[in-house]
Amino acid sequence: MRVSVKVNGRLYENEVEGRTLLVHYLRGVLGLTGTNIGCDTSSCGACTVLMDGESVKSCTVLAVQADGAEITTIEGMAQPDGSLHPIQKAFWDNHGLQCGYCTPGMVMATASLLKENPHPSEEEVRMGLEGNLCRCTGYHNIVKSVLAAAATMDGQTEAVRS
Amino acid sequence: MSILGNKVHRIEDPRLLTTGGTYIADLQLDNALVMHFVCSDIAHARIKHVDVTAATKVPGIVGAFTANDIRLPPMVPTLPLINKDMKRPHLAHEVVRFVGEPVVCIVGESPETCEDASELVAIDYDPLPVLVDPEQALSSNTVIHEVAGTNLVLEIGAHPDPSFFDGCEVVVKQRMLNQRLAPCPLETRGAAAYREGGRLIFHVSTQAPHAVKEILKGMLGLPDDQVRVIASDVGGGFGSKATVYPEELLVAWMAIHFDRPVRWVESRSESMVGLGHGRGQIQQVSIGGNKDGKIIAYALEIVQDAGAYPAIGSFLPQLTHMMAPGTYAIERTAFWAASVTTNTVPVVAYRGAGRPEAAAAIERAVDMFAHEIGMDPAEVRRRNFIDPSSFPYTSSVGTTYDSGNYEEALDKVLEIGGYRALREEQARRRVRSSRLQLGIGLSTYVEITNGLPSSEFGAVEVLPDGSVLVRAGTSPHGQGHHTAFAMIASEVLGVPLDSIKVITGDTDIVPRGVGTFGSRSLQTGGVAVEMASVKVVEQAKELAANLLEADPADVLLGRGGFHVAGAPAVKFSLKEIASLQAQRGERLLAEVDFRPDGPTFPFGAHLAVVEVDVETGKVVLKAFFAVDDAGRILNPLLAEGQVHGGIAQGVAQALFEEMVYDESGNPLTSTLAEYPFPSAVELPSFVLAETETPSPVNPLGVKGIGESGTIGSTPAVQNAVVDALAHLGVRHLDMPMTPERLWSVLRYS
Repeated sequence: MRVSVKVNGRLYENEVEGRTLLVHYLRGVLGLTGTNIGCDTSSCGACTVLMDGESVKSCTVLAVQADGAEITTIEGMAQPDGSLHPIQKAFWDNHGLQCGYCTPGMVMATASLLKENPHPSEEEVRMGLEGNLCRCTGYHNIVKSVLAAAATMDGQTEAVRS
Repeated sequence: MSILGNKVHRIEDPRLLTTGGTYIADLQLDNALVMHFVCSDIAHARIKHVDVTAATKVPGIVGAFTANDIRLPPMVPTLPLINKDMKRPHLAHEVVRFVGEPVVCIVGESPETCEDASELVAIDYDPLPVLVDPEQALSSNTVIHEVAGTNLVLEIGAHPDPSFFDGCEVVVKQRMLNQRLAPCPLETRGAAAYREGGRLIFHVSTQAPHAVKEILKGMLGLPDDQVRVIASDVGGGFGSKATVYPEELLVAWMAIHFDRPVRWVESRSESMVGLGHGRGQIQQVSIGGNKDGKIIAYALEIVQDAGAYPAIGSFLPQLTHMMAPGTYAIERTAFWAASVTTNTVPVVAYRGAGRPEAAAAIERAVDMFAHEIGMDPAEVRRRNFIDPSSFPYTSSVGTTYDSGNYEEALDKVLEIGGYRALREEQARRRVRSSRLQLGIGLSTYVEITNGLPSSEFGAVEVLPDGSVLVRAGTSPHGQGHHTAFAMIASEVLGVPLDSIKVITGDTDIVPRGVGTFGSRSLQTGGVAVEMASVKVVEQAKELAANLLEADPADVLLGRGGFHVAGAPAVKFSLKEIASLQAQRGERLLAEVDFRPDGPTFPFGAHLAVVEVDVETGKVVLKAFFAVDDAGRILNPLLAEGQVHGGIAQGVAQALFEEMVYDESGNPLTSTLAEYPFPSAVELPSFVLAETETPSPVNPLGVKGIGESGTIGSTPAVQNAVVDALAHLGVRHLDMPMTPERLWSVLRYS
């Protein structure tokens, strides 16, 4: 089946099998390996990406379902000149990552969370990230990073570049 | 100003944050084959027949292998004391011993093809009696390793004699379960291998690449220069990836066999029953003392679940033994442990590895003793602490602690937690018979890091362009070694961080190394980097003295370079000296293997505050306060990060997690949908403070901090939940303290 997907601003057209998951399409076909796979029960959120601005676990979406959609992955978050997105910067400043494996998913989930709720409380951040697991940080510095990113992005009308 | 002691942001992060890192699944491999295992779905059985014929006929499948096809000698346990007859074959040979044990290895062009083919493998089993409970395995006639003739892997110490508690006014005994846990690093196990110029290149998600190289060399009969092992980004390990697994080794075997790149990455469901588990102790805890609060005698008897094939987990009671009496000056301690095979996943190291088990036992015991004599648990601890003036202190089990001040840590945690106010609030809720009862739990822990002392490699080189290359033998999996080691080199050499490159985890570039486990990296590898940096400065100073025609003793390293004291105008920078050396065909380089005099003993005091709903049994961790002392702290950002993660895993053991088997040896929690790995919702933010008691055993004065959070937090939370229900007659609850467990206790109390 043919899909046409805009990923990180670039249009891709490919033949895929009907059973191909979006995460396998991104990683295997497009070579965008920043999106990680951490489980096989849609529990961990490591594969979270943005689909038309909303976070999805890319292991729960078929590539064909993304036909016509705009996808943003971790590779699409920084500016072309390499300067970090405020969320990436906040994770760096607040030691919001250790092994880095959950990080792309956490960053993308954060982007979606802050788009929906630009001024979350700590509790709202924790609720918003419930579907993203991290084994290293105990979430302490992830929550801190998200709150810091919210403060930095305060006033910006659009949380995520499209 | 010194860079050390500052919250320096990690140099690792920009790459991880923009590219998502390079884990095993991300490696670009051309024309690579994929490996997939058909694993036993039965816990204990004789393999009657394996038929892979249909599987090999699936288009895209290049091979399907059984133990008979591989013909590798089984892996013999290497740790001391372990029964050497309990060998592990790379693929199950004649007998399967746990659900998840690989029986057939399928190799094909894609994961989908391999999975399709695995459905066509037929294995006939003749079931054998299953042993899941290690106590039962200890006395059973069923033997898991027939050659060994016993399920006993090792036995240490002795049971207390009947007079052991003589002279104690009060003796409290309790059986405790330190349950089996799944380590759950976010990246599962994986490896990739290929030939390059005849050499074997092996990528693996490991904590100890040099150990992997040694095992590969032995297994494949390859000389040292024909094997290169690389651990690039490793997505967590927590001890479980310090073990080398047969599945990983088979990747190398297949790459040689097919002379093509081969990759294997396990799924989470495979990982839950393939990667080693942690903990798994049944403890009989006895504590005796007087009504004035003085503890006199303590006995800890352990049955350690080793799983089907003894790995490091069966050895860990040795560390539990070393730390049994904890922070207390107890006159006599008795210890006995037996490690026993069962038909379950092998038990390996998991964050804390033997010490959380020791801390959980003694900290619960002290609380039970305090309750029995009607004394505040903080006061009982205070009356029994090892005196800060008595370090180095040799405990009643013969372990010599380097330094400590336990009362200071306790005082501080009581202060930041507002202990007195919490007790008052608790009293009010008890009087009101509130539905939400408050529980306050303490633990004052001490643990051992770099517990199996070994040396570590560090090399520092100033390159002709003035940049610095640091190579370290201890290879990280999230801890921030590159930042820490760059800071150390920067401090000594006066070179900014962005001019320093750190390389770890590549055996071609780093000639020797031990690895990252047991919170050993900074106190071994970090010190090696510091010593190598100092050596480089000394070498450069000699060379500068020659150029300056001065005595080296009169030469100083100032801003911008080496100069004669009092004459800073004429100077030679490190860059100039390195470049002059290069012109002579020499390098400005020092390599150091540092072996500390002994282990270090971080300690601290944790305070957990929980609310327990007495109608539903639901526990909410309301607040967590931690005072941790890991000696001198080089980067508080990294140290705090380690403590946060450690606390979360410790809390997870206390409240949520358990790897459960049914009596037939079927794992019941083998996906992340069933295993209650906590999310951000189940945890609060943590309040941290620290004391700083330097270690005398290394020149940096540092101790390990990787596991302290886990070791201290589990008993604090466990004590808090029991404390919340103490007025209802509850004396002890085993972990995990789930609503179901609490509700069934509360219903009858």
